[in-house]
Order: sequence, then C-alpha cells, then structure tokens
Amino acid sequence: MNTLEIRADASDYRVARYAAAAIMLSVAEAAIPSPLPGVKPGLANIVVLLVLLRHGWHEAAWVALLRVFAANLLLGQLFAPGFFLSLAGSLFSLATLALTVSLPRRWFGPVSLSLFAAFAHMLGQMLLARVWLVPHEGLWALWPVFSAAATVFGLVNGLIVARLIAEPSVPANPESVPSS
Amino acid sequence: MRADWRGHLRALHLLRAGDWLVLLVAIVATLAAARSLWRSDVPEHALVRLRGEVVARLSLDKPAEFRVRGPLGETLIEVQPGRARVAIDPGPRQYCVKQGWLTRAGAVAICAPNEISLQLDARRSLYDSLVY
Repeated sequence: MNTLEIRADASDYRVARYAAAAIMLSVAEAAIPSPLPGVKPGLANIVVLLVLLRHGWHEAAWVALLRVFAANLLLGQLFAPGFFLSLAGSLFSLATLALTVSLPRRWFGPVSLSLFAAFAHMLGQMLLARVWLVPHEGLWALWPVFSAAATVFGLVNGLIVARLIAEPSVPANPESVPSS
Repeated sequence: MRADWRGHLRALHLLRAGDWLVLLVAIVATLAAARSLWRSDVPEHALVRLRGEVVARLSLDKPAEFRVRGPLGETLIEVQPGRARVAIDPGPRQYCVKQGWLTRAGAVAICAPNEISLQLDARRSLYDSLVY
C-alpha cells in the first residue's frame, strides 16, 4: 500500500511562521479606522519585505499570498471585492519586488523596496478598481490621497524593515540568521 | 524628550542614497498628481460668446466689466476675482441674470434672447457640446 507523505522542510515552517505574523498584523490593522477604504498602513508588508531580504523572493511571495487569503478569510472578506483588490495589489507588489530586489543594495535599501512595493500595491488596486468596481474616470481624483499614503507608509514600513535587518539579534525573532 | 527625538532622527541614517532619491520621486509624484488632478475646478478665464463666437476672454484675476451688444441690446458682464456674472441683460425672463455669480470651471449662464453666453473655462471641457 502506498502512502503519500508530505514532509515539511525548514523553509515550509519558516513560511508558515512568517505568514502567521503577517496575518496577525493584517487582522490587527483591520481594526484601525481609515478615512478612506484602501488607506491602510500595510503592516503585513513589513513581514513580506523581511522575508524577501532574508530568504528571497520565492518565500516572500508565499508569505504575501498566504497572508491575502488567510487574513481575508479571517475577516470574512474572502472573495469579496476587497479581497480581489488586496490580491491585485499583492501581485503587482510582488512583481515589482521581483524586478527591484536586484537593484544595487549599496544604494537602494529596504526603504526603496518598501516604497516601490507600496506604489505598486496602490497601482494594482487602482487599476482593478477602475476596470471592475468603479468604471469611471473620476476614480483617479483619489490618486493623490493614495499616493501620499503610499509615500508615508512606504517610508515608515521601510524604516522598520531596515531597523529589523540592521539588528539581527532581536530576541523575538529566532529566524534572524539567514539559513542559506 | 530630546533623547527621543534624536532616536527618531537616527532612524533616518537607515536611508541610503538611492532611498532618498526614491523618496523624493514619490513626494514629487504625489504633489504633481494632486496639482494636475485637483486643479481642474479653478477657473481662470470667463469667455463671453455672441452667437456662439467668443468675443471676449476676461481674466478672473481682477475686477472688470464688459459690455457686449446683442440683437436686443446691451448685456453687461461683471467680473470679480474668481467669479463672473451677467449683471444686466435686456432679455424678457432674466434667467442668466438670476443665475448669479458663476464660480466653478465650466459653469455657463446663457442669455438666449440676446444670443449671448458667459462661461468660465475649464482646462478640460466638462461638457462635450452646448447647443441652444
């Protein structure tokens, strides 16, 4: 008799742990009142960027997408419009990170990556909203608000990532030593 | 408190040269977007038309008056900073006068009997066409 055994390796456990942290941040963040739907700190992106810088794009993509599905499931938003906006933002963000992660690290640190990701997230959401949810040119009037939010939160999240990367011995983080 | 501030400022050392550049581009892009997307509602000129043809393009910077003669008589256009109105018109029903001050880009007051219209310009036309 054949049994199919799925063995979880170290990277699977790592992805699960990081995704859990990202999901927790997303759920906590949902409690923060927002003046406009879509203007959020995006704290889960801190985790995604950390994984990207420590373990590469592949694992970061797993964490980001697990976060989108699980956080929306927990919030009762799975397959609601907000979920698809979140998914579109994440996919754009991950695609942008795949392109920008190989920029010279000497000049472009976590803050650059965070800003790129934040703007890509916004662009993905706006494009999907424009073609699907609000098919009207008036939607672009919101662009400056989202752009300002992306600038501020991109900067803050990037600084947090830079700080966490610069201090590899943060006790709450057993994963801080790159394994590969 | 001072030590706190220094601590926050030290966080800026985490920014590398390229980060400053990206941040600057993000800020400039945001300001440019706000400028280009949010300014369309501020009119700059008042267009006076007689029989559909522009006879005057009045700047909304300073107060001014403009008289134009139509088939029924003289119509007086009054301009103040940021707004314009038809002050006097010989038309029988006075619709364009009662409309009062026009302040928004694209707003129109039409004195149909005298074949005169007053419109505040918009950078982008808010209407495809106007027929009367």
